[in-house]
Amino acid sequence: MVHLTDVTKYYGSKRALGPVSFEIERGDTVGFLGLNGVGKTTLLKILACGLRPSSGTVSIDGLDVLDNPHDVRKRVGYLPELPPVYGDMTVGDYLHFAGRIRGLAPGTVARRVPEVEEYARITEVHDVPTRNLSQGYRQRVGVAQAIIHDPDLLILDEPTHDLDPVQIMEMRGMIRALKDSHTILISSHILPEISQTCDRLLILNDGEIVASGTEAELGDTLLRSRGMVVTVRPRGSGDLDAAAAGGDAADGDAADGDAADGSMADGDAGLRAALAAAEQAIRSVPGVADVKLPDRPARAMAAAGAVTIRVSGEADVRAPVCRALVEAGHDVIGLTRAERELERVFVELVGGAEA
Amino acid sequence: MGATGIIFRREFRAYTRSPIGYIVAAIVLLLDGILFYALALGPGAGERLSGEVLMRFFYNASGLTAVAAVALSIRLIAEERAAGTQLLLNTSPVRDWEIVLGKFLSALAFLSAITVATLYMPLLILVNGKIAFGHILIGYVGLTLLGAAVLAIGLFATALTRHQLVAAASASVITGIMFLLWPLSQMVGPPLSRVFAALAIHGRHWAGFQAGLFHLRDVVYYLALTYFFLYAATKVMEAKRWE
Repeated sequence: MVHLTDVTKYYGSKRALGPVSFEIERGDTVGFLGLNGVGKTTLLKILACGLRPSSGTVSIDGLDVLDNPHDVRKRVGYLPELPPVYGDMTVGDYLHFAGRIRGLAPGTVARRVPEVEEYARITEVHDVPTRNLSQGYRQRVGVAQAIIHDPDLLILDEPTHDLDPVQIMEMRGMIRALKDSHTILISSHILPEISQTCDRLLILNDGEIVASGTEAELGDTLLRSRGMVVTVRPRGSGDLDAAAAGGDAADGDAADGDAADGSMADGDAGLRAALAAAEQAIRSVPGVADVKLPDRPARAMAAAGAVTIRVSGEADVRAPVCRALVEAGHDVIGLTRAERELERVFVELVGGAEA
Repeated sequence: MGATGIIFRREFRAYTRSPIGYIVAAIVLLLDGILFYALALGPGAGERLSGEVLMRFFYNASGLTAVAAVALSIRLIAEERAAGTQLLLNTSPVRDWEIVLGKFLSALAFLSAITVATLYMPLLILVNGKIAFGHILIGYVGLTLLGAAVLAIGLFATALTRHQLVAAASASVITGIMFLLWPLSQMVGPPLSRVFAALAIHGRHWAGFQAGLFHLRDVVYYLALTYFFLYAATKVMEAKRWE
């Protein structure tokens, strides 16, 4: 569907992109991940026929973007970072204009406008001037204009830009629904936006693609260790709960320690002993590289009745760690992959080791 | 309806939806009215031949039409660039000349509507005096051609930049120079005087329309000037489309 070969883009003598080469198959949803200013928007503009590459070839659906720009434009829907909406037009008029300018016949536009409005959930603002819309609505109108002509390839540049958490979830839902019928390219500098909606990631740094693959492939090949978070109720901690609740003082500042009595200190010591036993059980599993206990276990026990332990391994050690803990008499309440695992990959790749 | 027609409709509606169109129309009509009153109806008007009053009306109207044309044209492309809506056009299967022509025709239609609204003034002369319909018709053809040429200059200026103030300054400078060529042609000797006179936008070529005389060479001049600047605007758009 999309083929790039040795594509570069220079602004004067400054290289903004490339050389970049990759292929994207029809039906794929691909995320371009990178920090601000690494060339994501430049790349997407080239793919949308809005920017001429300095060298290299770009073809979409077998058509060269420089030789057949109008044919390519008919096949591409593009949402720039800021939705290209005319403030003086109502949503309905704007979508009608966007459809007509992309070559749809009047009858087809009349049918498509209500369809895309319903899809983007903007039907209720059909008669509202776009200048009066919130950012969330403007972004949805931007998506609606990008799909009005039912393009084969949909290019979304930072589609969750400036959206609040609820709007971000709604946007993700829209993108997932589009995956069935379109090839989608999304750019973002926020990893979860990409990893939760895309089948494949391309990580850009300094204008070049430094890694590509699925989230799992990137994690497997680029992380030496795999991280997870185990939520554990250590053996015997139930007996210590009451004491541990009072043990907050022992966790806190020394100045607060005046209130700590002997039973609290005993409870805290007992909890730490139970945690040490759990740590030992985890460390006994082959492949476990590191175990990190919580800094304030008593506070965690008081709040949630359990503590979280971070484990990193040289391989996937989730199952044996669970088994070892249970066999040692601890209760395993929860187990998740470390949330920031892929973000670490991203930071490593873009040279942010200092982060 | 092709892309030109689609863009024409959008831009013409933009004039009717935004204050700029009404502000320009109000100022032009007000100043035209004041000048006409002072010229033909006011206490200091004195006695003049009807034909002379009409000629002076067209003279005044030509200057105001040129100013209105600059004011109406500067937003056409610079505003799109500043707002980011140019990306919608640039990534759509539309040719640059279609964009330029659609925008030009919308501005010309709006300017023509303003010009037509001044028609009551020549009709007032007709009520109280004796003038030829042909004189009125040719005068308005001249105003339309002059307005079209200045709109094309403005469109070229607005294609150059994303800043409307810069576009306004550029259009004003180019138009001003085109106006000044006529007085300059009176100050220098041949062959430069002939070149300046031939190129001046408001001298020899305008005088015929003002007097109710139809010369094909003047029509060709204004059409050629309009085409030249529209062509230049299209080339600028083509160059910037891929930037």
